Amino acid sequence: MFPEQLNVPLGKWVNQFVDWLVVNYGAAFEAFADSLLTVLVALEQVLRGAPWWVVLIAIAAITWHASKNWKLVVGLVVAMFAIGMLGLWDKAMQTLALMIVATSLSVLIGIPVGIAMAMSNRLRAVMLPILDTMQTMPSFVYLIPALMLFGLGKVPAILATVIYAAPPVMRLTDLGIRLVDQEVLEASRSFGASRKQILFGVQLPLALPNIMAGINQTTMMSISMVVIASMIGARGLGEQVLMGIQRLDVGAGMEAGIAIVLLAVVFDRIGQAYGKRSQRSHDAEDA
Amino acid sequence: MSYIEIRNIFKIFGPDPQSALELAKGGSDKDEILAKTGHTVGLHDVSLSIEQGETFVVMGLSGSGKSTLIRHLNRLIDPTAGCISFGGEDILAMDIPTLNAFRRKRLGMVFQRFGLLPHRNVMDNVAYGLEIQGTVRKEREAAASKWIERVGLAGYETKYPDQLSGGMQQRVGLARALATDPEVLLMDEAFSALDPLIRSDMQDELMKLQAELHKTIVFITHDLDEALKIGDRIAILKDGKLVQVGRPEEIVLRPADDYVQAFTRDVNRSRVLRAKSIMEPINSGESQAVREDWPSIQAHARLADILPVALANGTSMTVRDAKDTPIGTLSPQQIVDALES
Repeated sequence: MFPEQLNVPLGKWVNQFVDWLVVNYGAAFEAFADSLLTVLVALEQVLRGAPWWVVLIAIAAITWHASKNWKLVVGLVVAMFAIGMLGLWDKAMQTLALMIVATSLSVLIGIPVGIAMAMSNRLRAVMLPILDTMQTMPSFVYLIPALMLFGLGKVPAILATVIYAAPPVMRLTDLGIRLVDQEVLEASRSFGASRKQILFGVQLPLALPNIMAGINQTTMMSISMVVIASMIGARGLGEQVLMGIQRLDVGAGMEAGIAIVLLAVVFDRIGQAYGKRSQRSHDAEDA
Repeated sequence: MSYIEIRNIFKIFGPDPQSALELAKGGSDKDEILAKTGHTVGLHDVSLSIEQGETFVVMGLSGSGKSTLIRHLNRLIDPTAGCISFGGEDILAMDIPTLNAFRRKRLGMVFQRFGLLPHRNVMDNVAYGLEIQGTVRKEREAAASKWIERVGLAGYETKYPDQLSGGMQQRVGLARALATDPEVLLMDEAFSALDPLIRSDMQDELMKLQAELHKTIVFITHDLDEALKIGDRIAILKDGKLVQVGRPEEIVLRPADDYVQAFTRDVNRSRVLRAKSIMEPINSGESQAVREDWPSIQAHARLADILPVALANGTSMTVRDAKDTPIGTLSPQQIVDALES
């Protein structure tokens, strides 16, 4: 037996810290939650309010823009159509809204953090274990404090998704910038480019394929969080899966599961197409 | 004072360069310092003076510190100790904005593996330096077009670097460095990655450009033939130390030590040596040494160009300077001796 005198009451300290946060900063958290919620609700209303064919046309247009490949356009439209045929269109739109907000937030936070990590070895050394923690810590552990701070519903679902999904875009932004050819960087410096000119003119454009791969992974991971998000009150496809489990309705669970996979496929293919485009941007111009 | 002055530069790589610097200044060599402190000596007490308008070649094998040296001139690398000045201006004292302005206006650099921006086409690569300076698009594209044409790439403006051959990519690199009209051109093994034929073309091209532009060129190479061909003066670097500085003929005729000698052994001397450096000089007034029926040759002519004349006539030759005054004589035996030694 490990000697009890050596026990550290970490759990108690965390509880005290969360209590202190709730008491002192509850209002600030609520204001933040409200603004996030406003954006999400607005987006959800647009997606759910729009006729289904408008959404299909939008997805077809985005796919065409990304890939210029009509086979892919048809494939993805059929996948979305199939979700509608499963009777899950409305729930899919709710999930879609949650995903778009969570992914956008992840990317907005992730790219600047990734850039900072590429600039500073020290920050990178600190961030890597934090990112490992974010990805391996069971989500329920941080869902509980998130619930205490923001209450049940969509906001803690978004935050849990961001914590889980942001690391890939951070890692790959960092990696992409670090992989930029040293001689190209030297060339840019030798012409007197400032740090800002180097970052926006050389490092980010050349890191773009990796950053796009990171965004793609982040999107995939945020989709995989929908079931867990539904456990704390987010609506959507995850809710349907949860209901299937609770009622032992294997069929309903399977339908929702297939819809989630289809949604993931659609986003993965669009993301990959944009990634490829960023890699060989000039081929398209020549064609 | 020369245009570019490099004074007692030391560069030591490692976590605590200052500690190893004392050893280096005390006379320890590269291997000793590496064994004692784990620090690598990049440059060891290098001093050079480079004149305005000359092509100055720094030659050395890999690890000799030549690439490190050229990067000191635009401060891509800062020295551990020493001074560097351009036209009397201490570049090591410059803060970042001043340094960037200095790099933008006065320096251009060409890289071994070209260093082109792969996401920009030829036009935008060549215009890059001007773009950094904040020149408006129309103006910088006009300047870039001029240089693209000058290096023979007209028609390739919208191509991307990966669609061009190595030689063409380096032409883009050269045009990019010249587009800002810099005073100094830094060329880091600029032609080393090219095929021999293309390399020779590019050397000729550079010499042609230089005859018109009179830039100050600092050229790094590991190839002595290249150094002898394009250099007005050559510095030879070994293990971070300067071994010899001199005109190509001095390097070939009077190598400073066995190391330089070993390099010069395989050099085609007839392409390096000029009539003036091996002739028998005549004192003014003593024209009796010259015979009327001897053919005349220019003092600056290379032996390779004199040989056909010498073989056709079999006699000695009169060496004349630019004003056509006889300044020396050259016998076939002297040529044989110069080529043999």
